[in-house]
Amino acid sequence: MDNVTVATHPHTHETAVAAEHQHVALPQHRHHFETEEQQREAGTFGMWLFLLTEIMFFGGLFFAYLLYRNWYNPAFVVSSNQLSIPLGAANTAILIASGFFMALGVWAAEVRKKGLLLLFLVLTTVFGLAFLGIKAVEYHEKWEKHHIPGASFDVSQFINPQAYGLKEKPLAPDMAQKTQVFFFLYFAMTGMHAFHMIIGIVLLFWLMWRANRGEFSSGYVAPIENFGLYWHFVDIVWIFLFPLLYLINRHPV
Amino acid sequence: MSEYHDPSNVVNPEHADHHIVTPVTYSIVFATLLVMTGVTVGAAYIDLGLMNPVIALAIASFKAVIVILFFMHVKYQSKLVKLTVISGFFTFLVLTTMTLTDYISRAWGLW
Repeated sequence: MDNVTVATHPHTHETAVAAEHQHVALPQHRHHFETEEQQREAGTFGMWLFLLTEIMFFGGLFFAYLLYRNWYNPAFVVSSNQLSIPLGAANTAILIASGFFMALGVWAAEVRKKGLLLLFLVLTTVFGLAFLGIKAVEYHEKWEKHHIPGASFDVSQFINPQAYGLKEKPLAPDMAQKTQVFFFLYFAMTGMHAFHMIIGIVLLFWLMWRANRGEFSSGYVAPIENFGLYWHFVDIVWIFLFPLLYLINRHPV
Repeated sequence: MSEYHDPSNVVNPEHADHHIVTPVTYSIVFATLLVMTGVTVGAAYIDLGLMNPVIALAIASFKAVIVILFFMHVKYQSKLVKLTVISGFFTFLVLTTMTLTDYISRAWGLW
């Protein structure tokens, strides 16, 4: 039945209702898509499939955190207290601002305002770089305190906190060693997150260069929109990293 | 029959109409995200026992959902895209639950 229908109603542009098919002949509209909406949806769908693989990738790290936090809870509590809540909160606000400007950038491309699009892409990049700057300050502090897991890791702050003016309960030497697990996960998770941001910032410079040539201000929004999905996904990862690493261990049960 | 068999996707287009989200919507979402960040930081300084992680994760999930719905336009997308997004998070939950049951059952009583 369906075969007959297809034979008499072939899947071509010619048989479609002309009025429904007056898409603007943009050079980026590929012929194998029936309509611009279909092309757009296919792109969005593909981008989301990529982001699902990213959910699984970061999901493994989140799972490792969940498991080890339960196993070595005392070590996770004291090492989490080493992180600075003001710096983490400021970085959260900065990253949210970066995502906000990215969203505005998509809007600017949709309403074909080239100048505004460029401005918002620049602001997205500036806030992204500010985030990485604060992250670098935090990493440097861990370096100075020998809180980077490995041969130079120093557990003395966790075994004898009073000597460092910390109001923590001292940990037994074996549990104190487990603070390395927290810092390993801290660097693995925030490091992979920062790596995604660095990739994103490289892509942002490429998009700014293309936006400056006017490529996205004549109705072709897909690259901006799909990059926006990536950038917001990276935001979401941080939205979960911030409470998990900085906040929830403050008050041990 | 031809009403449903529509290879050219003209009679009954399933693709969502393109919707431009306005800066006003984005600003409301932005403000909400900042407020919720403040709330979650404030809640971390209050000792609520077991509820501390629960509240922090609930707020984070709420923030993630509004980012997905508005910044990532999922609210205005077709059912195909919505289903794709939901299935991704659902699969992650399934995998997490299955792995956790494994760890819990191997050290029974010691968790």
